[in-house]
Amino acid sequence: MEILLPVIIVAVIGLIAAIGLSLASKFMAVPVDETQEKLREALPGANCGACGYSGCDGYAAALANGEAKPDGCTAGGASTAEAISKILGIEVKVEPKVAFIACNGNNEISKLKYEYDGMKSCSAASLLHAGPLDCKFGCVGFGDCAKACVFGAITVENGKPIVCEELCVGCGTCVKACPKGTVVLVPKEHKNLVACSNKLKGAAVVKGCEVSCIACGMCVKQCDKGAISIVDNLAVIDQALCDGCGKCKSACKRGVLI
Amino acid sequence: MNSTTTIASIILAGILTNNMVLSKFLGICPFLGVSKKSGTAFSMSIAVTFVMVVATAVTWPIYHYILYPDFTYLDTIVFILVIAAIVQLIEIFLKKFIKPIYNALGIYLPLITTNCAVLGITMLNITNELNFIKSIVNALAAGLGFMLAMLLFAGVRERMETADVPEFLKGLPITLVAAALVSLSFLGFAGIGG
Repeated sequence: MEILLPVIIVAVIGLIAAIGLSLASKFMAVPVDETQEKLREALPGANCGACGYSGCDGYAAALANGEAKPDGCTAGGASTAEAISKILGIEVKVEPKVAFIACNGNNEISKLKYEYDGMKSCSAASLLHAGPLDCKFGCVGFGDCAKACVFGAITVENGKPIVCEELCVGCGTCVKACPKGTVVLVPKEHKNLVACSNKLKGAAVVKGCEVSCIACGMCVKQCDKGAISIVDNLAVIDQALCDGCGKCKSACKRGVLI
Repeated sequence: MNSTTTIASIILAGILTNNMVLSKFLGICPFLGVSKKSGTAFSMSIAVTFVMVVATAVTWPIYHYILYPDFTYLDTIVFILVIAAIVQLIEIFLKKFIKPIYNALGIYLPLITTNCAVLGITMLNITNELNFIKSIVNALAAGLGFMLAMLLFAGVRERMETADVPEFLKGLPITLVAAALVSLSFLGFAGIGG
């Protein structure tokens, strides 16, 4: 009796709670979109908000309504996008991306407009008169991108960040860390790239750097595919059209294209 | 605290001198886990306060009319059971009838199921031999104290975001150091109001 009674008490309280809960879930059930629930399960559940919605639940709801694209989840990457598209029954191709430093400058090439002797950080240096470099679009070279990379894919050598494409997962953290907007994401299967970000014209570009794009248009003329265009005094290569023939590379006298 | 404690001193004790988080060290997990932004810290505190009051309102009669006097040793297991069921019930209820609050509380509501501060306050009400009304007031005060601690600490952590923290202290270490300092400052209240 001494043991039986407490057992019964706990069991009865548990039973009452169980009945109460099951009744409540039955009578107060909220119809939930089945697709939405499945989508929610396919998402990582980190609620990071990188997709632009309030969290994984918000993103799943937007997906179910057809408002969001299936490749919006950065945290989940390609596997999540695939799972989502399977649930929604649509095809999606996620192109793996890598970071690319759109600047050829390093400690020797980039000319300085003043000697910077402050905190070794690109964002700090950039606050002072748009950075120590003569070119205000160029890589400052203190490696904010390298510090931001959690995969250790970026190393800075001689004032130039180098991306190890095997280690890079294309998360874009370095893109956000760069105060200059010099780091960009490019398709992993990229062909020829433009290693310059300077959007200024003629003399202003030539003065500060020997390997900058002056928008002369030689590469545009050489390209059979019509993949290159000049936008804002800067050559832009459409990776979808480029076949990597390399004619533009040899045409460029300043070695901007790589 | 004895049975002659007044309601005013219960409120004062719950919020300042016997602060749930900073003096009794209960509910540390949400204190460290959800205090990154003051917005989420506030939502969590509201949820905790609400559950504390409801849990006290249910566990107090259970203890005094069912478990007392022969089975008082069952209090821990029964309280855990009851609190878990209450939180689930509140979640279902909110989902059905007050959807905005359900969305605002989000993940925090189920997290409270295992929050030791909620179990702590229901047990403390019993050990301090408070009557029903005083228990409810105590639970409310403890919840408000929790909210005060959360909001203060969220403020500290938001300031820390921009601070130049040494590399080896970044993240959790500096958070724990800050938590210790905030807790230390609350020791200054000890002795106020008896």
